[in-house]
Amino acid sequence: MSLDKDTVKNIAYLARIRVQDEQLEPLAGELSSILDWIEQLQELDTDGVEPMASVSDVTLPQRKDAVTDGNCQAAVLKNAPDGEDGFFTVPKVVE
Amino acid sequence: MTKLTDLNIATARDGLNKGDFSATELAEAYILAMEAGRDLNAYITETPEVALERARESDARRAKGDAMGAMEGIPIAMKDLFCTEGVLTTAGSHILDGFTPAYESTVSANLRSAGAVMLGKANLDEFAMGSANITSYYGPVKNPWSANAGKDLVPGGSSGGSAAAVAAGLAMAATGTDTGGSIRQPASFCGIVGLKPTYGRCSRWGTVAFASSLDQAGPMTQTVRDAAIMLGAMAGHDPKDSTSAPVDLPDFEAAITGDVKGLTIGIPSEYKMDGMDPEIQAMWDQGIEWLKAQGCAIKEVSLPTTKYALPTYYIVAPAEASANLARYDGVRYGLRVPGDSLDDMYMNTRGEGFGHEVQRRILIGTYALSSGYYDAYYIKAQKVRTLIANDFKAAFADVDAILTPTAPSAAFGINDKQDDPVAMYLNDVFTVPTSLAGLPGISVPTGLNKDGLPLGLQLIGRTFDEGTLLNVASALEDAAGFDAKPGQEG
Repeated sequence: MSLDKDTVKNIAYLARIRVQDEQLEPLAGELSSILDWIEQLQELDTDGVEPMASVSDVTLPQRKDAVTDGNCQAAVLKNAPDGEDGFFTVPKVVE
Repeated sequence: MTKLTDLNIATARDGLNKGDFSATELAEAYILAMEAGRDLNAYITETPEVALERARESDARRAKGDAMGAMEGIPIAMKDLFCTEGVLTTAGSHILDGFTPAYESTVSANLRSAGAVMLGKANLDEFAMGSANITSYYGPVKNPWSANAGKDLVPGGSSGGSAAAVAAGLAMAATGTDTGGSIRQPASFCGIVGLKPTYGRCSRWGTVAFASSLDQAGPMTQTVRDAAIMLGAMAGHDPKDSTSAPVDLPDFEAAITGDVKGLTIGIPSEYKMDGMDPEIQAMWDQGIEWLKAQGCAIKEVSLPTTKYALPTYYIVAPAEASANLARYDGVRYGLRVPGDSLDDMYMNTRGEGFGHEVQRRILIGTYALSSGYYDAYYIKAQKVRTLIANDFKAAFADVDAILTPTAPSAAFGINDKQDDPVAMYLNDVFTVPTSLAGLPGISVPTGLNKDGLPLGLQLIGRTFDEGTLLNVASALEDAAGFDAKPGQEG
């Protein structure tokens, strides 16, 4: 599986990671070599095998559907890089 | 009198109980050692004030005759992947700049209520992604065994700061996390014990997530007994983590009886890889002989899907990472790099905030999960994962534990060329299958190679049977009698 520059650019956009143009080519090479190596899985017959959903056979416990915390606005906002008046802020989205 | 920093958890517990020294004296000794050992870069943040405060609290509890916790007064390093209330938590990443959690992870809270004294936050690969501790934003960690090699060596990773701190006596023990080998491989490189418990044994709540179906916290210690003591203090069901298992917490230390007669140890034929380092093979053969001499039966087992474990892991783990790391958006915590639009701000923040290896894994994961490729990659990998788990289930019908090497080599140089990502991934070839199957695994230091560097052997146990695993590990530890210390020539 070989990825080209445009594909890498698109994946990087999907992941919202800024990749400089001159980085695209080497990155395409690295990602392609990883995908080539992963490709060997295709030689394994997995017809009729259930994909794993959980590693342990433990049944998930249920809990009461009740509020367990809250009233911690200051703690939630404490680490916001640009919090203001009790809100998170982002660049303008709606014109 | 023995130096306080030469003690381990079990011997320090005895000394504290007898009143030979106080928790405060112990903490003070380790704070000095931590400061003297800064050259290793094992800690990202030192917290001497926290350590002294907790040590004084421990001494006060003891003076009052309160019940003593399992880790009472024990100075430990906390991998900087565990959120610690009021203490900078970085995950080794630039993107968490200045992040000071308002809450405490369950594992670190459990240790604290068991009386443990936190010395600081240990360095690690960025978001626990790496096998050499060279991807940390805060710089590489130096293996304390470097003096034996005459050049700077990696401590392994991702829990490299934890392993280096314990090996160099900068902490009595440390927490680690293991997604594909991140406790066991650095333990092997640094000559200490590292235990990855069964998936679900320790709560993941408050631990910075890498790959949620694989991540598991565990102890990194000087001895197997210490691992048993510390695991008991870390583990337990936590309603805040739905994948934390509601199962009984046995007395792990009591499981170490010294008697392994009649147990059957499996040797997986598929782990004998072509081109395996003869010293690693010799160590493995020696381990088999040691367990035989202790009365174990040895049985060859087959884990036929082993060869596909690493490529499976490098789909599952990056896919889960790409989802987990979507939360770093420059809005709620950590680094924010401004941009003209919301997308621009996201892309600038994540482009600057994540290091190269983390970006590479997010991109692989994003690709594997993207429309049109999901079945071919992620579902395929989860199917292979079922086959790998079935291999182990079949093997454990006949054996009580499985013995393998921990890592394919001893520690390598920090400056050795590392430009092939796949070559680096091969470090975890013996540890990844266990992770994919959710089983417990432990690395025990068993000897030195011709360069005087430590080698470890891995034991793998049945699900939620850390007791038997620790008992066999203790027998192996006794037989190996590994007592070498780093920094001594030869």
